[in-house]
Amino acid sequence: MSEVKKIATRESYGHALVELGKEHEEVVVLDADLAEATKTGIFKKEFPERHIDCGIAECNMMGIAAGLAATGKVPFASSFAMFAAGRAFEQIRNSIGYPHLNVKIGATHAGISVGEDGATHQCNEDIALMRTIPGMVVINPSDDIEARAAVKAAYEHQGPVYLRFGRLAVPVINDRPDYKFEIGKGVVLKEGTDLTIVATGLCVNESLAAAAKLEEEGVHAQVINIHTIKPIDADLIAEAAKKTGKIVTVEEHSVIGGLGSAVCDVLCEREPVKVLKIGMNDVFGESGPAVKLLEKYGLDAAGIYAKIKAWL
Amino acid sequence: MDVIELKKIANEVRKGIVTSVHSAKAGHPGGSLSAADVFTYLYFEEMNIDPADPKKADRDRFVLSKGHTAPGLYSVLAQRGYFPVEDLKTLRHIGSYLQGHPDMKHIPGVDMSSGSLGQGISAAVGMALSAKLSHDDYRVYTLLGDGEIQEGQVWEASMFAGHRKLDNLVVIVDNNGLQIDGNIADVCSPYPIDKKFEAFNFHVIADVDAHDFEALRAAFKEARETKGMPTAIILKSVKGKGVSFMENKAGWHGKAPNDEEYAIAMDELEKAGEALCQK
Repeated sequence: MSEVKKIATRESYGHALVELGKEHEEVVVLDADLAEATKTGIFKKEFPERHIDCGIAECNMMGIAAGLAATGKVPFASSFAMFAAGRAFEQIRNSIGYPHLNVKIGATHAGISVGEDGATHQCNEDIALMRTIPGMVVINPSDDIEARAAVKAAYEHQGPVYLRFGRLAVPVINDRPDYKFEIGKGVVLKEGTDLTIVATGLCVNESLAAAAKLEEEGVHAQVINIHTIKPIDADLIAEAAKKTGKIVTVEEHSVIGGLGSAVCDVLCEREPVKVLKIGMNDVFGESGPAVKLLEKYGLDAAGIYAKIKAWL
Repeated sequence: MDVIELKKIANEVRKGIVTSVHSAKAGHPGGSLSAADVFTYLYFEEMNIDPADPKKADRDRFVLSKGHTAPGLYSVLAQRGYFPVEDLKTLRHIGSYLQGHPDMKHIPGVDMSSGSLGQGISAAVGMALSAKLSHDDYRVYTLLGDGEIQEGQVWEASMFAGHRKLDNLVVIVDNNGLQIDGNIADVCSPYPIDKKFEAFNFHVIADVDAHDFEALRAAFKEARETKGMPTAIILKSVKGKGVSFMENKAGWHGKAPNDEEYAIAMDELEKAGEALCQK
């Protein structure tokens, strides 16, 4: 078997910004002293005059982005998820969300796969925070291909978009000719009849691997990639619940308020079934290599498989 | 426009403030009245705007960072012809477009939604930066409260504006000396305000009498002529200016007059208006 290509979605973000920058003069990229890490540095190299380093001042950066959007630019404001969605939550809510300004927030280093920096920098709350803001689109791509498509789709969408990217290099899983990205449309990656695993971000690949293991044992798990957590693909989720009767959600995020909660919001109104939420169980992360942390917190294929087995 | 005309308009703006806040039975008259003259100067003299075309691309922008003084902004916008003066009475009423704090999506002439203190200045800085990026000539004005500058974000924005030499930006601080909990010098003193903006690489015009149109004219002229750095105009103002019982009273920061107080206030403003007509 050939080596699987692995790319961090933050890297995809940087490259996608360059592509957008070439086509659209009004694209402006903001960063808060993390251009090297968020990969907006790739854009800076190509378009130094349109890369605005705001210094370590994320709240101000969001306000500047609002002002740029109010005057016709399309700003991509970038920082770690913790400091974008976390620190600048109220600025995003009041200066961007309330006036529904056309600001794109590129949040990298989401979840525990930040790794060694530890809990202060591992944001497991951003999806929950962002999806409560009226009119905010929340996207958590699963790989390089999806991340690039998401950046383009975010540009084409009128209004605020929260894009969630990771630090860890993850396998490319969407490299197929018929791949299409549409905001708000989930993707069935594997058909199944016994249960449906609804996953997002880097957990999609891990869920596919877990499903393959279940398949070996005669458990037919369907796998859905929900790259857009808001607006969520309610029809697809309700259909899956009707078809398979059980739902498992998997996310590198708190089980409170994230994908699992969004899926439950849909199900309890439309198709009440049993749900297992896999994610960070109301705990902070810790320092360590990303892969080890995913293993420790049960967010890798083995952990997902084990939790599903125990639940079934 | 001569000073008497500006004073007459400002007096009408004050009537609109008192009327709208009275009708809303809530709102912020003190800081609206202290800024009534600068609102008038900006919208009738200083800014390149067109009420018939509120979104024209090359207009100057105004961001009311101290968004709670929306009654002052709405009143001047109405006087300038953006919407009917009569609508001021719907302030804060359910279903009205005149929200408690500025709402750019629904109010003609409002360039930025604001109200959470410290945030408007950042948006104004973004607008000024935007003009620089695309070589546009419009200027950006933002009005802050003196209590508001206790917010750290104000200084993040100021550091950035100074660093980027945004000479198309004018930051105005309405230094009326009072905030909700009392005297700003007692609550958490932001003084010296001028030295702080100087330290952030602003050209500072301090101690400008907020109620003297010639002083305002000179200050904004100086700001316009300042190149290579943003300007901060520190206005020395009287909170509640124009309504005797509201002047210099922190208690009138966010309180509506009752019917009796409203009648007294309007009577005072009527008389002030009549006196101006005698001149």
